[in-house]
Amino acid sequence: MSRRTTGPAVEAVGLTRSFGETRALDGIDLQIPTGTVYGLLGPNGAGKTTTVRVLATLLRPDGGQARVFGHDVVTEADAVRARVSLTGQYASVDEDLTGAENLVLLGRLLGLGRSAARERAEGLLAAFGLTEAAARQVKKYSGGMRRRIDIAASILSTPDLLFLDEPTTGLDPRSRNQVWEIIRAVVAHGTTVLLTTQYLDEADQLAGRIAVVDHGRVIAEGTPGELKSSVGSGTVHVRLRDPARRDEAERVLRSALGVPVQLEPDPVAMTARVGGAGSDLDAGAQAALALGNLARAGIVVDDFALGQPSLDEVFLALTDHPAVEAGERDEQMEKAR
Amino acid sequence: MSDVTTTTGRAPTLYVPSAEALATVLAPGSRPPRPSALSASLTFGWRAMLKIKHVPEQLFDVTAFPIIMVLMFTYLFGGALAGSPRDYLQFFLPGIMVTSVVMITMYTGVGLNTDIEKGVFDRFRTLPIWRPAALVGMILGDVLRYVLGALVMLGVGLILGFRPGGGPVGVLAGIGLIVVFSFAFSWVWTFFGLVLRSEKSVMGVSMMVLFPLTFLSNVFVNPVTMPGWLQAFVKANPITHLVASVRAAMAGSSDATNLMWVLLWSAGFLVVFGTLTMRRYNRR
Repeated sequence: MSRRTTGPAVEAVGLTRSFGETRALDGIDLQIPTGTVYGLLGPNGAGKTTTVRVLATLLRPDGGQARVFGHDVVTEADAVRARVSLTGQYASVDEDLTGAENLVLLGRLLGLGRSAARERAEGLLAAFGLTEAAARQVKKYSGGMRRRIDIAASILSTPDLLFLDEPTTGLDPRSRNQVWEIIRAVVAHGTTVLLTTQYLDEADQLAGRIAVVDHGRVIAEGTPGELKSSVGSGTVHVRLRDPARRDEAERVLRSALGVPVQLEPDPVAMTARVGGAGSDLDAGAQAALALGNLARAGIVVDDFALGQPSLDEVFLALTDHPAVEAGERDEQMEKAR
Repeated sequence: MSDVTTTTGRAPTLYVPSAEALATVLAPGSRPPRPSALSASLTFGWRAMLKIKHVPEQLFDVTAFPIIMVLMFTYLFGGALAGSPRDYLQFFLPGIMVTSVVMITMYTGVGLNTDIEKGVFDRFRTLPIWRPAALVGMILGDVLRYVLGALVMLGVGLILGFRPGGGPVGVLAGIGLIVVFSFAFSWVWTFFGLVLRSEKSVMGVSMMVLFPLTFLSNVFVNPVTMPGWLQAFVKANPITHLVASVRAAMAGSSDATNLMWVLLWSAGFLVVFGTLTMRRYNRR
């Protein structure tokens, strides 16, 4: 198999696509290097799935151009299809069929002979811990098992570029970790992965580079480190005992952290981003410093938490508008399909 | 929901992804050659068989429905139109076979309409295979249902006293004609299945087309007593040609003119609606 290692896996310039009135893609530019995990991060309706569908040759763009391993997704769709594989947001396997039947079916469609397809299916089922479930219909699988059979189907003939559209949405933490491990193994093997996700920590865990997508555009792009230094790697949540002292506490935090502190609707709560580029300390040390200064000022803290910034906070930092608004567009788009 | 693979009476085994095990399945073998159009279509046909195996209820429409059709009309019209149900059946059975099977073709569109919304079609459409294979295979699966439906009706007919003059060969030739026409005609429904938004609207359109098409024909009565304008329609109706050819085949004679029309109509449906379907399938 000739594996093209020079040049980017994906090059997209100015992709646009509308569904009726909704502009799902509004000039997406992407440059995805070969051999890495690339994260597309954004809320529902941001255009992540539409981007994947265009790149996977399922949808024609209205405008712009996209090349996958140098092949145009519209005019050389078949050449693209020979190199990619897709695991959609909803199970991309036949739910009426058993796990084994699904894999044999796809193996046959990829050109394997009858016994080779069966052998390949058995190997994949074993590696994905599905041997016992092989003869069960996929609709009887749990969420995590469904994801696994789905990814197994995607690597039946190991693709050069694998699209994973929100592979962990709706999974419990353990299944999520299993999927992460599988993705790491797939990339270690040399496959490029385009991963869409709504979770910053997922993109952070897996992706070498991340593009933040909003309203059909890439609004930020870089390594997770670069993004976090612009957004802050963590968020400090503080709840005070006495609401009357919140203004005082806000001043203490602001001077300790050197960032704006957000006052929550709850009169004893406030939030601040930490771990950004403005400080030499990491998020944990900054949080400890802030907590110490509050204690020294004699302000009683009932609850204190340090967490990853949520997607909402990332959006707030990058766009000055929260991510929720875009969610409504998703439904419109579904209808327009 | 936890995703342990439980077996009763045994401690659940947890799946822990192992890098080594995954590495072995990821080892790149040489990529097999792309399957031929025929092989890909047959594989999709196999998928249709598997679906019947897992959801056998879907055979209801090719078993119970045809039986009801034969019984109902034979006894409803038989006495009045031909003196006795048994005499009517000699004329009527080939026609009701055509009617029932052609009506069943609409499920191809309904099935595709629901199937295509599922994620699995996204995967099929990203495979480097002959594009129409998924749909051809699906219709090949349906052809099996058509054959089954025709055989069920033949069985009921034989029990009720249908005695075809053409013998087994004539009957098989007649069923063959029905299958050829229905295969081509199914592409009308794949097109509507892709164009229309819901299963219900596919059903609605199918009924609107199929009722006049099957009833305004020579299936139930000889058209000579119909008004002139209706006779004109009946004469042009492909169902009329099909029924005439099937009747001839089953009676042991041959009807070259009608046979030619059947084949022309079939080719026309296949070319026109096959092309429209594929254009729509690719543009989605």
